[in-house]
Amino acid sequence: MIEITVSKNILQTFYFENTLYFRPQINNGNVFSTPMSTQSTTHQASTSVWGGGKSPFNISWGKMYMWFFLVSDAFTFSSLLVAYGTLRHKYSASWPNANDVFTHFPFIHAHVPLAYVGLMTFILIMSSVTMVLAVDAGHKRDNKSVALWLGLTIIGGFMFVGSQAWEWYHFIKGTDQGAYILADHSVARVKEGAENILILNGKEISGAAAEQIKATGEFFQGANLVKNEYGNPLFGDFFFFITGFHGFHVFSGVIINLIIWFNVLDGIYRKRGHYEQIEKTGLYWHFVDLVWVFVFTFFYLV
Amino acid sequence: MSHNDSHNEHHEHGYYTGDIHNQFVPEHVDPKGKAIIWRTFWILLIVTIFEVGIAFTSIPKQVLLYIFIALTIVKAYFIVYFFMHLKAEWKSFQYTIILPFILIVYLIFIALIEGNYLTKVMTGN
Repeated sequence: MIEITVSKNILQTFYFENTLYFRPQINNGNVFSTPMSTQSTTHQASTSVWGGGKSPFNISWGKMYMWFFLVSDAFTFSSLLVAYGTLRHKYSASWPNANDVFTHFPFIHAHVPLAYVGLMTFILIMSSVTMVLAVDAGHKRDNKSVALWLGLTIIGGFMFVGSQAWEWYHFIKGTDQGAYILADHSVARVKEGAENILILNGKEISGAAAEQIKATGEFFQGANLVKNEYGNPLFGDFFFFITGFHGFHVFSGVIINLIIWFNVLDGIYRKRGHYEQIEKTGLYWHFVDLVWVFVFTFFYLV
Repeated sequence: MSHNDSHNEHHEHGYYTGDIHNQFVPEHVDPKGKAIIWRTFWILLIVTIFEVGIAFTSIPKQVLLYIFIALTIVKAYFIVYFFMHLKAEWKSFQYTIILPFILIVYLIFIALIEGNYLTKVMTGN
């Protein structure tokens, strides 16, 4: 018991002294002078923005680092999407139309293009709203509301990751009718409900020509990294890589949110006196939503 | 004066981060915060529904492309400025975050030129 008290005191002394030395606004930014009194712990406005003694951007270093990380992460996603755009532009003739690929909706057998991805977008926007409400509750130091909104955000995140898994499953599994891949890697899709009619480069082929393709081409259903039944195999590569990279971000975000949520339930931020950790995690979570807005546009809408 | 007292003293105006830097962070809580959040939500939802709606109309693909890119940037603005509270930061910080993306505009520009050139070379024209 004594040992614990002693070590705690040492920690406090060390900590307090450090806080004095790490606060360069003391004595008008002169770090090397001795602290005059404990009064100097109060915040003082420096005369010059870049003169030291305060954050030049008026923002905590933790939030600033998160912003700079997100800028670098945005550059990674931008590069991936620009690469996708360039190759899609180059192979526009054989590029599949996303509205033909992602037509499934749970418990509905009809073709409903964009509906499921629209729902996924709604789930992610909604989880962004609950996250920003958690940040708002943190500003008001309302621990219970932070726990509630952050909990809902985690549920939304899990729903989104689950939806993405479902989407991948249907893309990998493919359609019932499948397609024939020719020697020059072009794809002749079997028309739905009409086994004898093939669709090659937007044109319908039937009769002897169709039989010829069926005899020489390779029958294939679904998609992997080397080929897919919808058209150019690069479509599958980019789809798996970009939505996978984004999904990994969402999954990481859910795990981070979960850890923060346990901290909130533990009252760690209530004891600390501020909820900046929620803001930093919130920045990451909104960024994930932001990336999805772009993925949604360039993979599904365009 | 203990560390905790100094924190309580500044409770209304901001907080000390409480880590080894123990930086003082000014905090300005917007009383209209919740209203802004829900306004942003409705804007994002309506723009998304509008995008899905016009995707199946007979508007030419090229025109649709530009409409979608414009609306995506509108959505990005609302997420970054209101959900991520970039609007509440100083202008100098806003520019620090936004201006590097000029490089992405340049990347798109050179990728399109290279892409066109590559197509010509590979098709033998």
